[in-house]
Amino acid sequence: MNTFVQLLLTGLMVGGIYGLVAIGFVLIYKGTRIFNFAQGELLMLGAFFCWAMLVQAHMPLWASVLLTFAFAIAIGFAIERTALRPMLGQPILSVIMMTLALSVFLSGLVTLIWGGAWKVYPSLIPMGGINFMGFTLSQQHLFGFVIALLTFAAFTLFFRRSRYGLAMRATAEDQQVARSSGVRVTLVFGLIWAIATLVSAVGGILLGTINGVNFTLGQIGLKAIPAALIGGLESIGGAIVGGLIIGVLESLAAGYIDPLVGGGVREIFPYVVLVIALLFRPYGIFGLKRIERV
Amino acid sequence: MLRLNNLEIKYLGVILVLRGISLEVDKGKIVALLGANGAGKSTTLKAVSGLLKTEQGEVTDGNIEFEGKRIDKLPPEEIVKRGIIQVLEGHRILEHLTVEENLKVGAYSSGFGSRLNRQLDMVYDYFPRLKDLHNQTSGYLSGGEQQMLVLGRALMARPKLVMLDEASLGLAPVLVKEIFEIVRRINAEEGTAFLLVEQNAVAALSLAEHGYVMENGRIVLDGPAAKLRGNEDVREFYMGLSEIGGRKSYHEVKHYKRRKRWLA
Amino acid sequence: MRPCGTFDVKYEQDLRIARTPAQRAWAIIGLIFLLCFPLFAGGHWLSVLSIIAITIICVQGLNFLTGYCGQISLGQAAFMAVGAYTSGILTTKLGLPFLVALPSAGIMAGLIGLLFGLPALKVKGFYLAMSTLAAQFIILWGIKHLSITGGTTGMTVVPASIGAFTFESARSYYYVILTVMIIMLYFAKNLVRTKAGRAWIAIRDNDLAAEIMGVNLYHYKLLAFFICAFYAGIAGSLWAHYLTVIHAGHFGLMDSVWYLGMIIVGGMGSVTGMIFGVAFIKLLDESVASLGPALATTFPGISETIFASLSLMFFGLVIILFLILEPRGLYHRWEMFKTWYRLHPFSY
Repeated sequence: MNTFVQLLLTGLMVGGIYGLVAIGFVLIYKGTRIFNFAQGELLMLGAFFCWAMLVQAHMPLWASVLLTFAFAIAIGFAIERTALRPMLGQPILSVIMMTLALSVFLSGLVTLIWGGAWKVYPSLIPMGGINFMGFTLSQQHLFGFVIALLTFAAFTLFFRRSRYGLAMRATAEDQQVARSSGVRVTLVFGLIWAIATLVSAVGGILLGTINGVNFTLGQIGLKAIPAALIGGLESIGGAIVGGLIIGVLESLAAGYIDPLVGGGVREIFPYVVLVIALLFRPYGIFGLKRIERV
Repeated sequence: MLRLNNLEIKYLGVILVLRGISLEVDKGKIVALLGANGAGKSTTLKAVSGLLKTEQGEVTDGNIEFEGKRIDKLPPEEIVKRGIIQVLEGHRILEHLTVEENLKVGAYSSGFGSRLNRQLDMVYDYFPRLKDLHNQTSGYLSGGEQQMLVLGRALMARPKLVMLDEASLGLAPVLVKEIFEIVRRINAEEGTAFLLVEQNAVAALSLAEHGYVMENGRIVLDGPAAKLRGNEDVREFYMGLSEIGGRKSYHEVKHYKRRKRWLA
Repeated sequence: MRPCGTFDVKYEQDLRIARTPAQRAWAIIGLIFLLCFPLFAGGHWLSVLSIIAITIICVQGLNFLTGYCGQISLGQAAFMAVGAYTSGILTTKLGLPFLVALPSAGIMAGLIGLLFGLPALKVKGFYLAMSTLAAQFIILWGIKHLSITGGTTGMTVVPASIGAFTFESARSYYYVILTVMIIMLYFAKNLVRTKAGRAWIAIRDNDLAAEIMGVNLYHYKLLAFFICAFYAGIAGSLWAHYLTVIHAGHFGLMDSVWYLGMIIVGGMGSVTGMIFGVAFIKLLDESVASLGPALATTFPGISETIFASLSLMFFGLVIILFLILEPRGLYHRWEMFKTWYRLHPFSY
């Protein structure tokens, strides 16, 4: 029983970070109906940039973080303007290919600029565990978990209450209708990408402090895809819930199934869960069903 | 108030859709634009609201004036701010948003705040059915309710001119009557001008004060609605009112026997 | 698109694949060229063409599923892996002949493809694509962790043999690949002209309307998945016997993405377009790879990683530019060029 609870708690903490990455996917999908395969690479870019500011430019922490945020916003706007604007109105396959090509391009770019070795962040959050009712919680993961929850709260409020959130949801539904109601669709798209890149940068900085950074960091994006889909691509809360579910299930599977199969279940368990979930709840737990009237 | 002067519009640089049309909508009036499919009516509306660019259309000649200023080069957001709202064809609502959220989107350009609630109340006053449904996901509404929703959404922006593109499309005659009655009320009480693009000539001409008939990208006939209702060509080709009371003789069906006067 | 003045007077003419005398002539010339290729080409170009031919079979499978039926699949490389390993196990471990292993590889891959296409009943479009992504990862993980497939170290496969003759040299095997490719392409060209092909196009364009007209969506979507994976399996089997050493690294997510990219670059929904796309990307690959040593000598400072990352960036950029500038692919450009040529000097 103790193992179970320990695995559960660890899974929850790690799941928080998956949820944070998944929020990036959901933001872009919610605002533009595009699934951005390059989300993991954007996270990696943010992580590298912050490292560069901290270690190569020797900036203090607060300056590095702020500069990374500014960089992320600029990159988000730039990507939307150059790569995604021409994709308006194109079939979904072209859009998917565009984001895939973007992810390839970005991973090549980071390797070009920063090389292939692992880069270590200076210690920002102390390692080590907190004792919680007899179980250990990694401090770093807990920090990530809290940040994920805060991000979720902030964005849910934004989309539900604010005028700009409503405009973004309207744009995602039907661009022409939004345009004819006076929404500046191009600005909305740019904003969405900038915000999503920002969220990814936050995730990148967190992961960088926990694991260090290297060109394979982008693959966490692939892990977060099942989290985003299980939760439902239009729901930010769903992204967090999906992340937690994936974190917990992955942790439990690694704990109980690994000894039977010889290890490595961690890598694909999220995907097995995804396929099963697609059979029962195809649009995710909180996703919006396609409403089709003929 | 709104003037189109010799407007010429091309799609993809090669397809000439509007061949020099001139149109006028005065303040507070209801004007009908009739025509068969493919005449260019929707294109005219899209030209006024600035939505041509996404469909690869452009104004190649002529201009559009609203309250004395040219608007044909402006982006859609600007035109909405000036007070022209287009209700797109086919009751296009934002499916996953609730009715009330749909209406709020309509008010995007005029800001939120206390004015928003007043606007909502005004719209609910005109469309009581929307008030009952105000938290319903709009994708599940019936066609008539959706049409009311898009009309309400247009009203939220306090427009000076509303352009209705085929508001009667796919609706039962009872609902068409109801909606047009509401349009008349809005015109009388708020002073909003309306430009109705319709294929349902009977309903449109009974509501409008002035009418234009378009064919193949040209305006072929215009005049006060009463005169158009009496015009023989309009009666035959747009209202189907030829030879009432007797059987139509098949000899007369031959094309050259009954020509449209404007093809002279 | 046919030039003006060509028309069919008999049904047999309508059914032909090469319709005008010019097309027939080009087809024959092309065939002769391909058959005689090993006689004048060196070993390197022979291997390039062999790999292009195998990739054509694989991507044609994807063309059915994505180009004609409109279901995006990110798992094509994994299905190819299934075929490769099946064929390898059947010939090497069980000693079955190549002529049995080849179709079995196809069928095995087809069945696995069918399994991952089952969500097609419930989900559409993008979510279905995610299921294929899951297939890509799960299948590859399975290959890396099962002992029968040799785990992460890979597997050696005996060269193919029909009867007493073993295709050990690249040249002899080239003819095997060529024969299989021509058979598969012929089958493909005909398949898209039958009821199944029309049903797929209907599903791609508007599946609700197709369903109302009586097209059984589930049946045709699953058929598309099966045939797509079948072709991938055949390609995988040919690949295994060509390289004689296979491991999971040959069949990664990036390869699936490239196969999709080839369809986009070439033009969706057309067999000729697909061939253009494959040839273009593979030749680009070739030129970049051959450029590498040349660049290394001129710029000795550039390390391996920088070159690898540059080539990654370059490929990403190529796909991005194609998507922005010519989203309908090379085939569309080619058709535009032919039209311009035929109608010159008239512009429309």
